[in-house]
Order: sequence, then C-alpha cells, then structure tokens
Amino acid sequence: MTDTRRANPAFYALLVALIVMSLGPILLMLATSFKMNVDVYDSGVSAFFFTPTIANYEEVLCDVLWYEPASVDYCDPTFGRALGNSLIIALISTALTLTIGCMAAYALVRFRFMGRGVVSTTTLLMRMVPPAVLLVPIFGIWTFQFGLDRTFSGIILVYTAMNLPFVIWILQSFIVQVPVQLEEAARMDGANPFQTFFLVVLPLIKPGLAAAAIFTFRIAWNEFLLANALLGRNTRTVPVTIVNSITEYDINWGVIMATGMLLAIPPILFTLVASKQIITGMTAGAVKG
Amino acid sequence: MGTANRLTPWLFLAPAVVVLGIALLYPIGYMIYASFLSWSPSERIGDAEWIGWRNYTNLWTDEAFRESFLVTLKFAAAVVTIEMVLGVGLALLLDRKLRGMTVLRTIFILPMMIAPIVVGLMWRYMYHPTVGVFNRTLKSLGFDGAPWLSDGTWAFWSVVIADVWQWTPFIFILALAAMQSLPRSALEAAEIDGATEWQKIWYIKIPLMMPVLIVTLLLRLIDAFKVLEVILVLTNGGPGLSTEIVALRIFRTAQEFQELGEAAAMSNVLLLMLMALTILMVGYNWLQERRAMRLRVVAETGK
Repeated sequence: MTDTRRANPAFYALLVALIVMSLGPILLMLATSFKMNVDVYDSGVSAFFFTPTIANYEEVLCDVLWYEPASVDYCDPTFGRALGNSLIIALISTALTLTIGCMAAYALVRFRFMGRGVVSTTTLLMRMVPPAVLLVPIFGIWTFQFGLDRTFSGIILVYTAMNLPFVIWILQSFIVQVPVQLEEAARMDGANPFQTFFLVVLPLIKPGLAAAAIFTFRIAWNEFLLANALLGRNTRTVPVTIVNSITEYDINWGVIMATGMLLAIPPILFTLVASKQIITGMTAGAVKG
Repeated sequence: MGTANRLTPWLFLAPAVVVLGIALLYPIGYMIYASFLSWSPSERIGDAEWIGWRNYTNLWTDEAFRESFLVTLKFAAAVVTIEMVLGVGLALLLDRKLRGMTVLRTIFILPMMIAPIVVGLMWRYMYHPTVGVFNRTLKSLGFDGAPWLSDGTWAFWSVVIADVWQWTPFIFILALAAMQSLPRSALEAAEIDGATEWQKIWYIKIPLMMPVLIVTLLLRLIDAFKVLEVILVLTNGGPGLSTEIVALRIFRTAQEFQELGEAAAMSNVLLLMLMALTILMVGYNWLQERRAMRLRVVAETGK
C-alpha cells in the first residue's frame, strides 16, 4: 500500500498512547500486587516506584506454598483451594465442550439429514443466552431436582452447555474448509465415519480447536455468577472468593490485586502464546456470523 | 458413500443435543414456568404458589425495574456507540503494513481476555477516592478529586469507560480484519482516479465494510446487555440505582430479595430482547448471503 504518512510522528505518538492506555491498568494492578498496604495508602509513595514485597502473594498462596511465609501469622486456605477448584472445573469443562462440540459441528457441516435446520438454528439462538438468565432455573433445577449443587460435575455441566453453541459455531467454519476429497479417500480405504473424523478431519482443524479451547477455558475460568449460585464453601472458584473478599471499606488492595493477578495470569499467558488463534477465532465468529 | 448410515449424523450430534437439552433448553422452559410463581429459594418449586401474570404486571409498575431497564438501554447505547466510533476510527488510522502489528494486536486483546471481575477490581482501584490514580493525579495538579463512583452521573460514565477500555479492541480487530480483506482493485482504481484519503474512506472502505460492521455492532450490542460482573464489582448498581442494569437487578432480586419468580420474569424480558437482536443479526446475515449468491450467479451467467 502506498503510504505517505509513514514518517508522521503523530502516528507513532498515537500508537504509544494506545499501548499505554491498554496496558496501563494491567501494569498498575501488577505493581500494586507487590506493594505493601501502608504504601498503597501513603500518597507520598509513587504508583510504580516503591520497595516491592512478595508478602501479598505469600498471604494469598500460604496454603499451597512449600514453606511457611514469615509475613503471614494466620493462614487462610480459601484461596489456595479455590485456585485448585478453578483449574479442575475449567480444564474438564473445556475438554468436554471441545469433544462434544467438534463432533456436533462435523455432523452439521458434512451431513444432510432431517432436523439439521432445527438443530443448527437452535444452537445459533442459544449463543445469546446470558448467564444471568440461567441463574434462577439452574439454581432451582440443580438444587432441588438433580442434587448437583455444590458439586464439580454440576458446574461443569453448566459451563459445557453454555460454551457449546459458540464452539459448534466456530468449528463449523473450520471444518467447511477441509477438502471433502480427503474424507472420501479415507472412506475408500475402509474407514468408518468416526475414524474419518477423528483421524483425518480433527488433525486438520487444530488451529480452530486451539481458538475454541482458549475461548471456552477463558469463560469457565472467569465466570462468577453461576459459580456463586451453585458452589459451596469447599468447591468455590477464584472469582467467587474475590467478590466475597471485597468489602465496602478498608480493602487490602495489595492482597486483592495479587489475587486478581493470579486469576489474570492464565488468560494473559494464552494471549501471549496464541494471539493469532484468538484473532482467527474472533474474526471467524463475526465475519462468518 | 454407501456406508453413511442415516443414523450417523445423530450419533455425532447426540452428546451435544443431550447436554444442550438438559442444561440450556430445559432450564429456559423451567424459567418460563417459574416466572408465573411466587417462589423463594427455601421451598421446592412444587410448593410455590401459582400467581399467573402478576410477576409481569408487577414489573410493569415497578419503578426500580423500569429504571434498571432504562439504565441498561442507556449503557448499551453509550458503550456500543463509543466503541464503534473509536474501534473503527483506530482501524482506519492503523490500516497499514506495520512491522509491530502482531505485537500491537496482542497487547490490544489482553483487556478482553482478563476476567470481568478483575477488570472491575482494577478500575475500582483506579477510581478510588483517595488511593486511586485519577484522584491522586488530580490532587497533585491542585484540583479537587472527582466523585468517580459516588455520584450517579459520574458513576454511570465511569462504568462506561471501563467497558470501553475492555471492548474497543474487539471492534478494532474485527474492523481491521474486514478492512484488510477488502478488494485491492477498488482502492487502486480510486487512487488512479485521484481520490483523496477521506474520499476513499467514505465512498469505498466504509460501504464495503458495512456488512461486517453491522454484524460486529449487533454482536457487541448483545454482549452489552449481558455485562454484569464489572458493574457488580465497581458499583454494585449504585449509587442509588444509577448503574443497576437488568442483569444485576436479576442477580439481586434472586440473591438479596429471594424473589425467584420475579427474577425469572425479569430474565424472560431480558431473554426476549436478546432473542430479537439475535434474530435481527441472523436475518441480516441471511439476506447478505443471498445477495452475494445472486451477484455470483449474475457474474457467472454474464461471462
């Protein structure tokens, strides 16, 4: 593209401003997580230049550390446990959603059958159901009918269902691009439809699977509302413990920022490692929409 | 081809159909039923009293719900307008071959990958009346601090700003992707004819991007109606009801007031609104696809 404005310094100033605005709040949270609470409340201490401490992280993680941190006099195991719960719930529901979702997407793309239109439209419409709408019925059904409240399997089932419509949608646009000839060749060689799918198609849509996995994990990892309604004291996830620890006054900002940072780290890592897949997933969702 | 059984697609679909049926369709049906009950979380749904349309008529006269409905509309309109203008504007400005573009886009995606709860935390810290960066900066410059979250109007716009921070990149990335897949020939033709940069934007780029922009707008609009956690952490709907969106109202009606039937009726209203938006989006897409197909047929037969 011809570009006459390349040397324009205003352009670079804009870029820098955007980067600062985007990263600023995150960096501020990172910095505060290493700050002592007295320094947070001392207006003489700068936001980014101060004596760092890992005491906040020690307090949050005291239960899972291999040593007993000297800075912590009473160890509250809530957060360490919540971190483990969050990991289990997010990982299992991601694996389930992907397995079930890719099979469904394949059926919708490659087969013409009675009821295909209905399934496809229903899936599409269910994409927009917000967690707030599911709050009352899921609470009622899971508590009184299924007896799945306070359990991992209960919340995993919810997250799987919540993410399926999106995963099916995204994966459809990747499966369409797989050349049908490959599948026909596999069939000629005597593969049944399941072998064709798992051995020929799946390896070819890895980028799509990666994108779908990141989106699913992110939602299950970050979700608060339904986890708050369904999970009990021992099965709580990190977002629930964070909201519970916010009080009106006297927030211990250092500790809560350390907690927030720990919750933010996995999504940040995914973004740094797989930003290309994320962008592909996002654009596939809208442009194919 | 002969081995493909008529049951095969259903074998592939069965797990998804079962899960979606149990954990999405059934709950939605259950919610519609619950919206006609006077029901508190301590009793089984079977013991709840059937009160007909009363939950809905109560909503109609409930000042607080009407207020939250208005706040939701205002919030959605504000964030979607600001984010579309900023996002598309930035995409137009940054649409060029830039060496660091991948890094830049990675940085821009970060805000939307982070948990809404954490986004709420970060902004609550920054808006804090005494320790927050905004008021610290204002005070060090000799101004009074602003009531970021403690005054109704300020709180509304503070919440909007947090959402704009998190979601403008979404619009930016989709708009940029759409822009970079525009046919080069149209732009080159315009350049040969001596079109200015502005003319190229107004008469070529924007019209050609319109289909993607409209879908992006609708996607974002649907999401704006779902926002909850950021506001919950930032203001919990306050001060007063100035930032209490419908999703938050549902949460509080169920959690604090223990009125599950009423919360279900509210959920239904929200669901209907989102359903209408989704149908609009799907319908628009379908029309676009049909138009594209017709154009293709014309092009092929014209050859």
